Amino acid sequence: MSFPWSKEYKPSHPLMVWFDERLPLPRLIYNAVGGGYEVPRNLNYFWNFGFLAGLCLVIQIVSGVILAMHYGGDTSVAFNSTEHIMRDVNWGWMLRYGHANGAAAFFAVVYLHIFRGFYYGSYKAPREMIWLSGVVIFLLMMATAFMGYVLPWGQMSYWAAQVITGLFSAFPLIGDPLKEWLLGGFAPGNATLNRFFSLHFLLPFVILGVVILHIWSLHIPGSSNPTGVEVKSKSDTVPFYPYYVGKDGWTIGLLMIVYSVFLFYMPNALGDPENYIPANPMQTPAHIVPEWYFWPFYAILRSFTQDLLFFEARLLGVLAMFAAILVWFFLPWLDKSPVRSASYRPLYRKFFWVLVIDVLILGYLGKLPAEQPYVLVSQLATMYYFLHFLVIVPIVSSIERPDPLPFSITESVLGHDGAAKLTKD
Amino acid sequence: MAQEAATGTPLATEDEGVRRRDFINIAAVSAAGVGGVAVIYPLISQMAPSADVLAESSTEIDIAAVQPGQAIKAVFRRQPVFIRNLTPAEVKAATEFEATPDFNKMRDKQTLAERTKEGHANLLITMGICTHLGCVPQGAGAGEVKGEFGGYFCPCHGSHYDTAARIRKGPAPRNLDVPEYAINGTIVKIG
Ligand code: HEM
Ligand code: FES
Repeated sequence: MSFPWSKEYKPSHPLMVWFDERLPLPRLIYNAVGGGYEVPRNLNYFWNFGFLAGLCLVIQIVSGVILAMHYGGDTSVAFNSTEHIMRDVNWGWMLRYGHANGAAAFFAVVYLHIFRGFYYGSYKAPREMIWLSGVVIFLLMMATAFMGYVLPWGQMSYWAAQVITGLFSAFPLIGDPLKEWLLGGFAPGNATLNRFFSLHFLLPFVILGVVILHIWSLHIPGSSNPTGVEVKSKSDTVPFYPYYVGKDGWTIGLLMIVYSVFLFYMPNALGDPENYIPANPMQTPAHIVPEWYFWPFYAILRSFTQDLLFFEARLLGVLAMFAAILVWFFLPWLDKSPVRSASYRPLYRKFFWVLVIDVLILGYLGKLPAEQPYVLVSQLATMYYFLHFLVIVPIVSSIERPDPLPFSITESVLGHDGAAKLTKD
Repeated sequence: MAQEAATGTPLATEDEGVRRRDFINIAAVSAAGVGGVAVIYPLISQMAPSADVLAESSTEIDIAAVQPGQAIKAVFRRQPVFIRNLTPAEVKAATEFEATPDFNKMRDKQTLAERTKEGHANLLITMGICTHLGCVPQGAGAGEVKGEFGGYFCPCHGSHYDTAARIRKGPAPRNLDVPEYAINGTIVKIG
């Protein structure tokens, strides 16, 4: 945010002065990610994941646009063109593995980014719009990754398209026409593949647009911080450049090490070998699983096996799966505690960790076959998931007695704050 | 009302209620609305199955070679159809179940007779598409698992179908769909 002590953009080179007067783009950049943007001095590493997510988006767009130069979005050639990328195109294997593992890295980074929000209460006033736009980005990412996964037209691609669009057929009356409309046929086919390619190309740029809104709304109040105490004075902040540019740069290096290990040493570790078999509408693979980043939601989907009143089980599963994300939209209003950071919320902190374990359990179950006892365990875990957001968070936020907060960011870092003494007198 | 005096046209007279300008406003917004819908309709409709997809013809299959206990997979509208010649024991399992109280508790109550053609109670023809989310259930091919009720088993989310391809356990909402078909000697015409 622009604090009274934020530095103003003062270009020294006459060319930049000339440019800035006509198009204040250098000023915009300086104030957004340069020396003019003041950021709390106490951010920990969990505040790096937003930047890293942006990097992942760039990796996906660059590798994706190049893949699209060699890929053919037609059922007769899609599978072979993907193999052509892998075998014949110069560096094609790197681009494709880079794109597939880039999607995984993107989700890993974004999950950490989201759970940072859960822990530090980043969704609370005045940052609700940042949170809401973030949930929109996540939904768009899920749609993009799903449609991208269909493009190689392997067995998992085909059956993912069949099963996921099958979800929509669960809606009463409009279900079947809706599914046929989405697919452009009675089963996934050429119409499906073509539209998925078109949308898979488009959506990342829509995501980019929402990311800009996300950051715009972030720059109104500025970043929160691990204490959750708002910035009070100049000693609470440091300029983004060079401090956080340097720190973000260092974590890019760390992420790239992990990414490279996957990309160059185990590029297929996260993928399903079944997808190297061309799509066959006559034969479902024995075990259908989505990519790891969808496992928790897949477990929720599958945990509904009983009809309830006039809702059929399948519809309940679908609604629950969407509700599992939509409930995040309401979090800023479900959590009524004025204290943001879980570091000062002893009770909420415990439940936060229970939620983490619960989601990990759901993720683990999501990849297992739908058999007992896994179904029962995922039913319990699903129940707990919703209980957390709809019951535990509101109750905890009204009965909990938070620990004393530091007077300021400066005090939490240095142990004392001159300004604090003055006001105590 | 200096302005009125200046231009000579009253901007608004209170007793008149609706002004010319209100009318123009409503007319313009309505026309834009109708125009918008007229443009959006084709944009939405283009995504629906196209004429060539809808025109996918019917399928004819010779079932002479399908022995009792065997099943074949045919293709109809690029989706699998199961044609199964039930053994007497399988027919019996299906009909005996209809006499038990559990039958009344079925999610999608149908008798074997309702699901087959008269005189062909052993010939069970269904879509090979699980009514849950559309996987192809196992049980038609030789050596495939048939599930707890000896019919079909969908591995995707664990739906068990019985020997009349009725849903007995698991998340699927309906029995396997029976497509429209006609039997002519040993030829089955689907669609
Ligand atoms: C939000 C960012 C993106 C995500 C999460 C994403 C995700 C994915 C995933 C999971 C796959 C399947 C990978 C595989 O199985 O090999 C894929 C494939 C593909 N993507 Fe993306 N993608 C993104 C951006 C883009 C962009 C911007 C383009 C092009 C403009 C693109 C073009 C492609 C193409 C052509 C394929 C098929 C080739 C292949 O399978 O390797 N993607 N994407
Ligand atoms: S698709 Fe058959 S059980 Fe889900």
